[in-house]
Amino acid sequence: MLTGAEIAIKALEREGVELAFVYPGGANLEILDCLWRSAIRPVLVRHEQGAVHEASGYARASGKPGVCLVTSGPGATNLITGIAAAGMDSVPLILITGQVLASMVGTDAFQEVDVTGITHPITKHNYLLNDVNRIAQTVKEAFHIATSGRPGPVLIDFPRDVACANSPVTEAETVQLRGYKPNLKGHTGQVRQVIRLLGESKRPVIVAGGGVIGSRSWAGLRTLAESQDAAVVHTLMGLGAMPYDHPLVLGMAGVHGLACANACIQKSDLVIGLGTRFSDRLTCSVPGFAPHARIVHIDVDPAEIGKNIRVDVPLVGDLKIVLEQILEKLTPLKRPEWVSEIAAMKEMPIPGSKITGGLSPIVVIEALAKVLPSQAIVTTDVGQHQLWAAQRLPHRRPGKFLSSGGLGAMGYGIPAAIGAKLACPGDPVVVITGDGSFQMGMPELGTAKEQHLPIKILLLNNDTLGLVRQLQKYYSDQRYVAVNFSGNPDFGGLIRAYGGSYYPVTQEAELGPALEAFLNDPGLTLMETKVAPEENVLPMVLSGQTLDQMEG
Amino acid sequence: MVKRTFAVLVENKPGVLSKVAGLFSRRGYNIESLVVSETEDSSASRMTIVVEGDMRILEQVGKQLNKLIDVIKVNDITEEETVERQLCLIRVTTEDQGSRQEIMQITEVFRCHVVDISRKSLIVEATGDEDKVQAVIRSLKPFGITELVRTGKVAMIRGMQ
Repeated sequence: MLTGAEIAIKALEREGVELAFVYPGGANLEILDCLWRSAIRPVLVRHEQGAVHEASGYARASGKPGVCLVTSGPGATNLITGIAAAGMDSVPLILITGQVLASMVGTDAFQEVDVTGITHPITKHNYLLNDVNRIAQTVKEAFHIATSGRPGPVLIDFPRDVACANSPVTEAETVQLRGYKPNLKGHTGQVRQVIRLLGESKRPVIVAGGGVIGSRSWAGLRTLAESQDAAVVHTLMGLGAMPYDHPLVLGMAGVHGLACANACIQKSDLVIGLGTRFSDRLTCSVPGFAPHARIVHIDVDPAEIGKNIRVDVPLVGDLKIVLEQILEKLTPLKRPEWVSEIAAMKEMPIPGSKITGGLSPIVVIEALAKVLPSQAIVTTDVGQHQLWAAQRLPHRRPGKFLSSGGLGAMGYGIPAAIGAKLACPGDPVVVITGDGSFQMGMPELGTAKEQHLPIKILLLNNDTLGLVRQLQKYYSDQRYVAVNFSGNPDFGGLIRAYGGSYYPVTQEAELGPALEAFLNDPGLTLMETKVAPEENVLPMVLSGQTLDQMEG
Repeated sequence: MVKRTFAVLVENKPGVLSKVAGLFSRRGYNIESLVVSETEDSSASRMTIVVEGDMRILEQVGKQLNKLIDVIKVNDITEEETVERQLCLIRVTTEDQGSRQEIMQITEVFRCHVVDISRKSLIVEATGDEDKVQAVIRSLKPFGITELVRTGKVAMIRGMQ
């Protein structure tokens, strides 16, 4: 006989959980009490939103699911943004929320909230665990669901009396879910169709999405591209799936994509989407997307296929398996004309700084790009800095660029970096952030300090919410409302308060030496660059325009 | 806009109905009717859902339903030959003896039943497919319908197994 809490923690141990992001409260006392005797390391966070972004950073850097243990009520509701972000970006998470006594559920008890109701639209699945005999099985199912098929967050709401109750059922049986059997192997007829279309194509382009990284199929992507002389463009989530300097790679496509990547899609006669949702950030105007191309869409989630754009050949399956199936039957094809066109497109210039006077944030990002260690993990927040980083950093390896893609959640960068650093202590971890986003992720500096995590924070401070300012410039006729900060804190004093060191930069000439000192500093470090607010992220496809109708 | 009928087998667990209903509301799908009850296997429930939308939306409905872990099987039975039934209870006012007689005749023609009679009204039970129930309602309307409740559609494919 074990208590429910003991069964749950043992189940987590069996799944190989090494650490959990934790915030305590009255409703998860028993669960946390079991950590006293467990090898699972509790990482105490400062806010539950930090916990879930940290778990996401940990999961994306380690390839294992991230785990959060928080209390009921506000503990659970504070997870919401992070759960939604993880769901959109297909990150496997296990979230265990304490709940009031099962006998009190439904009475609006203290710190009670309908967690399964609230989180249903944003989780892959959730459970209200009200049977102590089902705990071991539920935890095992949750890991299976979170990590298989299209990964995602799974939440278990765990009433306190169930955690206290005893049960002889301490181990789980094999997971058998009659309503959940992801289709992993591609339909052979559809595989043949893909091969046929490739054979007929003169100008193929592969759109590599986050699924290439999630399914660890970057080797298959590269083989496919090289064997077919196909161009490769990335979504924000797919950056690094192939090295940026590969001759077939044209970088990020989409609203703020590089002109070469967008031009390539528009010129192509065959688009092969791998593990991408064809989201509106990629396609811009849907009727004007890839007007001359037939479209192949390969994804493990059948509901993504045909959801956003028309598809000529749908193919459902795990990318790693499907790419093997395709490569097995595919004859290599040389397309010298297309390759020289790709080479010419790769030379298309990226817009430079458009401002005179003041330090340009673009110059800062380009200076970082020159000195960034190749094994570095970069996390970003959301805004202009994120897009400049996506466009201009040297994305050499998969899984090294962690950003909130689908949800676009500000406040992601610092906690994601904490999670990534805990997963990969040997790799340098750099956060690129802005003054708005920094202040949303800021509470977690306490977690970084406590865990002795030497993360490097590069702050582009323009005292404004730059990307919204940019939207107001284009769409609101330069009426800037609620975007300028006149009350920003002394960021240097702030990082010092957390025991970190501070490198301020105001001039371009100071950048090189400051970056070197910043990256070599052994501790928690902030480099603040005071940058001009007038710089915009270009190119930019305005609302309703097609990919090749770019500003800038 | 077209109508499709989905037969959906789901886990018979608390919260499953709200998961399905929530899916429809948050993705903006229009449910015309939804009926749910336990099946011959008590661990599963069967939902019959009638949805209206364009073909792209309806394809998404099927896929999104399948994505729910508690959904075991989704069958689009629109094109199948099915037996369809819905049940309707209609309270009709009966001002005089004559109208009462006339209502009784109508119920006989439609093979409905009068299941309750009071001094000023009676309740008619109509069972049948959508068209028949509509026809019954249309015929009784002139007498004054004061209350009407109606189940959604349940359906079963003919001649299987």
